Amino acid sequence: MLTFTVRRLILAVPTLLFISLVIFLLLELAPGDPMAQVPLTVPPEVKEKMREALGLGEPAHIRFWKWLVQFFWIEPQVLIDHYFGTSFSQGDLRVISWQTRSPVMDIVIQRLPQTLTVVGTAYVVAILIALPIGIYSAYRQYSWFDQLGTFVSMVGFSVPPFFSGVLVIVIFSVQLGWFPSIYDTTHVVTDWDSFVFQLKQMIMPVMVLALQITAQLSRFMRASMLDNLNQDYVRTARAKGLSEYIVVMVHVLRNSMIPVITVIALGIPSIFGGAIITEQVFKVNGIGQLLIGAIEANDLPMVQTLTFIFAVLIVTFNLIADVLYGILDPRIRYD
Amino acid sequence: MTELHTPTPTAPPRSQWLEIWTQFKSHSGALIGGLLFVLILLIVVVGPFVYWNDATVVPTGRDFIKLRDMRPIYHGLWDPGAKMNWAYPLGTDNLGRDTLARLMFGGRVSIAVGLAAMILALFLGTFIGVIAGYYKRLDGLLMRLTDLFLALPLLPMILVAAVLFRESLSKSIGPEGGVFVLIVCLIGITSWMPTARIVRGDVLALKEREFVVAAQSIGTRNSKLVLRHILPNVLSPIMVSATLGIATAIITESSLSFLGFGFPPDFPTWGRLLNDAVDRMTLYPERVIWPGLMISLSVLCVNYLGDGLRDALDPRIRGR
Repeated sequence: MLTFTVRRLILAVPTLLFISLVIFLLLELAPGDPMAQVPLTVPPEVKEKMREALGLGEPAHIRFWKWLVQFFWIEPQVLIDHYFGTSFSQGDLRVISWQTRSPVMDIVIQRLPQTLTVVGTAYVVAILIALPIGIYSAYRQYSWFDQLGTFVSMVGFSVPPFFSGVLVIVIFSVQLGWFPSIYDTTHVVTDWDSFVFQLKQMIMPVMVLALQITAQLSRFMRASMLDNLNQDYVRTARAKGLSEYIVVMVHVLRNSMIPVITVIALGIPSIFGGAIITEQVFKVNGIGQLLIGAIEANDLPMVQTLTFIFAVLIVTFNLIADVLYGILDPRIRYD
Repeated sequence: MTELHTPTPTAPPRSQWLEIWTQFKSHSGALIGGLLFVLILLIVVVGPFVYWNDATVVPTGRDFIKLRDMRPIYHGLWDPGAKMNWAYPLGTDNLGRDTLARLMFGGRVSIAVGLAAMILALFLGTFIGVIAGYYKRLDGLLMRLTDLFLALPLLPMILVAAVLFRESLSKSIGPEGGVFVLIVCLIGITSWMPTARIVRGDVLALKEREFVVAAQSIGTRNSKLVLRHILPNVLSPIMVSATLGIATAIITESSLSFLGFGFPPDFPTWGRLLNDAVDRMTLYPERVIWPGLMISLSVLCVNYLGDGLRDALDPRIRGR
């Protein structure tokens, strides 16, 4: 298992390098010009100087190498400096955003907590809702509860977050006036009232994100439970005289959770992708909104870094899912 | 000595497709979903020819004031004083354009994008899947490529590419055509991976079967073998991924349009209509609800259709 993990870790490095190259080339081949917004009255030689100031003077492979060094070598040093008060990164050039002229990673670190609170809460809520639904619909297959669950998860698959988000805004903040439609990220929880406000503003984005995840997870849970419910060991457990609760919740559930846990791990990166839209609907200033703003402003270093961070998330959680699967299921050996 | 009876079949033989149809019919959700989807298709394709209002006409002068911001006719049920007109069943937008006409026109674009992107993704996926499954030498390389594509952050990259390549394509093909080609290509190129994986797995299993070996032994050429013997046998997973492909393509296209990276503003699609209406949703919620409902309904129908097809095409489930 350890060799497998190490091998996968080593394999992840060329994958990530290749992905970063693909992202870089995509931005490189694109015909957009970062100087397009500069007024026409600016003389061409000044424009050329501005271009060089943005680091565009050098050929593509050198710029790619510089970005790699900045992202993988200098940025970790900055992080270490920040935590331990050392000064490894003194005087090194970091990845600079063209919009704000400040380091990209500083802005990302500012925006990350908002995304993590909303996405993380949504994921936890979704898991808590989806698992019981999946278990019960499998146990009572083809009952009305199961049929309803199938229908609801089909709807959850089909309704895109930009519609369900707008719909809940129309219903709950416009018509009923229960919740605010815009997420206030500057809000600080100090006492009970501010906590209630935080809860209120989180309900709608969390619910919209959770609906999608619940739809997928409960289907997986149901299918996995159904696979296990007809197995011989279940009959043995019943024949031993164990109570139905123990049979389902201990024997079947533990075995059914193996694929579900890997699906949960695999789903985390895609949730960040889905959060791009939800953040836009509820005006949460997380990294999804940062990405949209950066694309609109043609801020290539920011776009490149953010897209790469998404890629790192995907690769990491794929790895975690693979390793978890091997650890949880002793029948699987990757040798 | 008793005579040997040859058992005579009591019913005439049934074709495979009839068998599939019988199974498909018994899945009521799929049947309703399929019928509704055909209905939506019909409305969207035929509707603009029958309907009396044009999607792009903006009234001018006094008509502009008179015809803009009309409410849908059902609004009169609870608000009789609202501005309504029977000639505009779903009302008009803030420029006086008819909402129903725009919905039908937008549906044409959305569904056309969905179908075209699905066909492209299916073609790519089947091609790569068959090549990878059939030629052992290319298998490793192509499957690593598939893994790499699955590890790419697709939505951010589609967004980036949609912005970066828009202008040059618009210049060469024209604003609407350019964006159409761009979006179809982007969605197609980023969604072939599941199909490729499924097709590869099936081809790998089929390659070892007797009928393929027999065909090989009588000297069938590789291209003929793939087209005549292998492809018809992987048709069912391809059909299922086709339906699911339409659903994801429609959702991706409307997400792009919703985020403002899709078609130009005067060219309505369902996502674009929704995006335009969000600013005024407190006053005119119906302009948000109709396009959103149409997106959700078509995707729901297609998903149910795919569900039913999967059951109907799987011989292990059929007849149960």
